[in-house]
Amino acid sequence: MDFTVQDLIATLLPGAVPAALGYALAAVAVAFAVLSFFVAPLAGVTSWLERRVWARMQSRVGPNRVGPQGILQWLADGVKNIQKEDIIPASADRKLFLLAPYVVFSGFLGAFVVIPFGSWLIPADLNIGILYLLAITSLVVVGILMAGWSSNNKWSLLGGMRSAAQIVSYEIPAGVAVLTVIFLSGTLSMQGIIKAQGWAPWDWFIFYNPFTLVAFFLFFTAALAEGNRTPFDIPEAESELVAGYVTEYSGMRFLFFFFAEWGNLYVIGAIAATLFLGGWQIPATIFGVTMAEHPLLKGVLEFAVFFVKAYFWAFVAMWVRGTLPRVRVDQLMAMCWKYMVPMSFICLFGTIVLLVIWPEGNTALTMATLAVSCLIVLYFMWRVVYQIMHSRPTLYLKPYV
Amino acid sequence: MNGIIEYCQNVRDTVRSIFEGMTITFSHFVRKPSTVQYPDRIAQQVQETLPLRYRGILEVDMDICTGCLACERVCPINCIAIGIEMNAETKQRDFTLFDIDICKCMYCGLCMEACPTGSIRHTQEFEGACNNPAGLVRHFITEKVPLYKPKKGGETEPRMIQKVDIGKTYMDEIAEPEN
Repeated sequence: MDFTVQDLIATLLPGAVPAALGYALAAVAVAFAVLSFFVAPLAGVTSWLERRVWARMQSRVGPNRVGPQGILQWLADGVKNIQKEDIIPASADRKLFLLAPYVVFSGFLGAFVVIPFGSWLIPADLNIGILYLLAITSLVVVGILMAGWSSNNKWSLLGGMRSAAQIVSYEIPAGVAVLTVIFLSGTLSMQGIIKAQGWAPWDWFIFYNPFTLVAFFLFFTAALAEGNRTPFDIPEAESELVAGYVTEYSGMRFLFFFFAEWGNLYVIGAIAATLFLGGWQIPATIFGVTMAEHPLLKGVLEFAVFFVKAYFWAFVAMWVRGTLPRVRVDQLMAMCWKYMVPMSFICLFGTIVLLVIWPEGNTALTMATLAVSCLIVLYFMWRVVYQIMHSRPTLYLKPYV
Repeated sequence: MNGIIEYCQNVRDTVRSIFEGMTITFSHFVRKPSTVQYPDRIAQQVQETLPLRYRGILEVDMDICTGCLACERVCPINCIAIGIEMNAETKQRDFTLFDIDICKCMYCGLCMEACPTGSIRHTQEFEGACNNPAGLVRHFITEKVPLYKPKKGGETEPRMIQKVDIGKTYMDEIAEPEN
């Protein structure tokens, strides 16, 4: 199924419009569709889910009043923020101040161009996909720095500067970890990277060898830092900088920053799933049903598999946010330059050496990595059970009785 | 060499502490939250669960109030206002006013200790929110009522016996300062 949106446009508007205009229309239509029907509800529901997850981790309930279990909370928040006054400080650099949220937002939305939701469900399968992704997500730092500078406020400026320093630093371990995968797949295209993997866990790059397993966690940590997520949220550290670069923003512009942040959570998960976790790969036959004969079922299953993989890591990001306190600025930099950069290079060179020894990969090594990972997960589950059984505070549901 | 060992220990400590921390938060994630969803999603009204000695919003039982003004005098912030006038027809004194300003009240409980019949009492009610502070002044007199006169030899009317008993119980069990 090599069916693209360009083909769809060509079918709908045969010959009547120039090809370039057709592409432009297709691009606008796809951007509109992705933004309205996928990104906006996804970011909204993510914001609600994140609040619920934190709440449960802190033995609270979280927003549960708007809609069933509060699932429409994001709509209420959006309506509230639209009604708010859009305040622009008198001494702000007006043009940059107005522009900054859109730069941040387009930097985040641009990532969706190359995110492969299925074997044919991808806006554009660029041959430099992952490079494009690393580049376009860096646009976010431009917007953040713009917001911090134009607010003409010390907190905002410090927040913007911190964000810039943080993103520039953490791009290195992230980039090197991505490079590990590129060495294995031999391509920069997102679809190519997925096609180089298989549906089974032992075909995924994360378990390819011990170095890629470490590289995955390095990548995930660096991606959290690039997304300004706790424990790396020093650009908007509330206890130090009020709200960092968003201090002076209000109403819808304020919301745009957080829209990008919550949407970015899914992007982080999607990149992790694509690079390391086999993306949308599903078995060729499931329960005797040959997938190639049912393109619609295949598409839905691929989308579901990819969504679950990506959203699991979004959940882990929420989980980390509910667990770890914010790191200090110097700790943040020390962690990047003293630990993550050397370790990512070790992972890269280790993978290269293993590739030289076994160009086609070593099944025993892969299986050993998978087995060790499974043992770690089992140990983790056992520790969770232990924590539940041995929790000091007993369950006390009626504090007022 | 020491540097390398310390470096590896730092990595190990980081991984281990994050690992342990995430098990703890996940164990909380699957526990039932301890939040009380006041005011509507609770099994029982909070007022019903409060202890008897809880000092909530004041109430006055005008049927057993003698009009001695002890509470008005003892109140440190003058939130109780009592008006009494002589009724020309019955030759008895009537209440014209008994207001308690809940806005001012600091729930010290001196009035209920001073009351000789236990007619002024703290309730378990605490929800005082309203749009206008004027709405927080509780008016206990809507029409003129005569003062209560304790009868020698005890009450005879069953309704009054009950009310006097409630007041006495309140005085004995709650209004009496300890020791």
